[in-house]
Amino acid sequence: MTHTIRLNVNGKEHTVEVPSRRLLIDCLRYDLGLTGTKEGCSVGVCGACTVLMDGKPISSCLALALFADGKEIVTVEGLAREDRLDRVQQAFIDYGGFQCGICTPGMVVTAKALLDENPDPTVDEIKEWMMGNLCRCTGYYKIIESIQGATALEPGGE
Amino acid sequence: MRAFEYREPDNLEEVLSLLHDHGEDAKIIAGGTALVIMLNQRLIMPSYLISLRKLAGLNSVDSADGALQLGALVTHREMETSPVIRDQIPVLAETFRQVATLRIRNMATVGGTLAHADPSQDSPVTLMALDARVGLSSSGGSREVPLDEFFTDYYETVLQPDELLTHVQVPLPKPHTGSIYLKFLPKTEDDYATVGVAASVEIEPSSQLCRECRIVLGGVAPTPLRVKEAEALLSGQKLAPELLHKAASVVQEHTDPISDSRGAADYKREMAGVCVRRALEQAWQRALTESP
Repeated sequence: MTHTIRLNVNGKEHTVEVPSRRLLIDCLRYDLGLTGTKEGCSVGVCGACTVLMDGKPISSCLALALFADGKEIVTVEGLAREDRLDRVQQAFIDYGGFQCGICTPGMVVTAKALLDENPDPTVDEIKEWMMGNLCRCTGYYKIIESIQGATALEPGGE
Repeated sequence: MRAFEYREPDNLEEVLSLLHDHGEDAKIIAGGTALVIMLNQRLIMPSYLISLRKLAGLNSVDSADGALQLGALVTHREMETSPVIRDQIPVLAETFRQVATLRIRNMATVGGTLAHADPSQDSPVTLMALDARVGLSSSGGSREVPLDEFFTDYYETVLQPDELLTHVQVPLPKPHTGSIYLKFLPKTEDDYATVGVAASVEIEPSSQLCRECRIVLGGVAPTPLRVKEAEALLSGQKLAPELLHKAASVVQEHTDPISDSRGAADYKREMAGVCVRRALEQAWQRALTESP
């Protein structure tokens, strides 16, 4: 049984035919070809699959694609504008906020939502917000430095 | 995940009518943070999934008649950040803040966490210590059930196949009452509790004696565990270490934990005693500071 859903992904409207059991992460990766979002644990723990739904971080591995009907989704592909990276992306490069890179799309998207809500977070606020995004290279100090560094940059890409 | 029919009614009557027709073969989905995993792992294989995501009217926090009325679709994040809840029942906001991660709290709902009935969850424990009641509706009518009569076993409640949990009613704490939720987490902060304890203590302000208290635990029994025998020990008494030890050992006798990745059964029973003592002491201190 399939359903037609309409969703806005990174500012672009899409109409997609999905089976009821389609997960949002599979809809993004396979139906829309947006493979920036990664699947890690498949049970909502690791944060690799984080996307924003109406501005709020969620696990796309725990959401049915049908949940996105009528919603605005932002993935890592939606942060940069033309040649200009979002300040969070730029800061992750400047401060060495990634090693193997598999957690990075989820980290960057989660951090972007933090700065949208709280433009000047303390280190404790960063730690609490980012707590559910795991980095198996254990590069947490650099990730925190990157997010702090991003606050000093122009909120680009908007 | 097996295929299922997906329905997404925008009004309560239609939800209840679908439950009436298909309740035995249907599951309700709200935030989906627990149910999608169970579907994905084929722990459940319903023929119908009835989504509440387009249902209006069950997502507000209202204050009336000395109680807070929580719609079943209020999210954990809304419970954590709601100014009304932070102001009127701060322990509720504190409890919801300790659940999993921000991503889960953005999706998971108040009604979902109760209907899911996993005994290791945090918020059912605090809600029970606050004497919360749940509202259940079916096409045949509505009823209210005190939360301490709602859970029956691991993942089991008194909810009938044709019933929907629509709201939760939480009475505002009486004056001179202190409440706390204490979550014991030996591993990571986003984990389920090894042991969770909610304690609520109402004191008589001039004598500082305990008038009434509630002691509820999570993670140590097939359901959230309220221990009335330990509560009875405290009424009319003054805060003292021997009293807390006595209450803790009564609580330990009532626990029935299982050994799992969050700890061996004996360890959980031991920590239940430690956590009950700490929670009661902190709740009592809060009650004293509530009393000028």
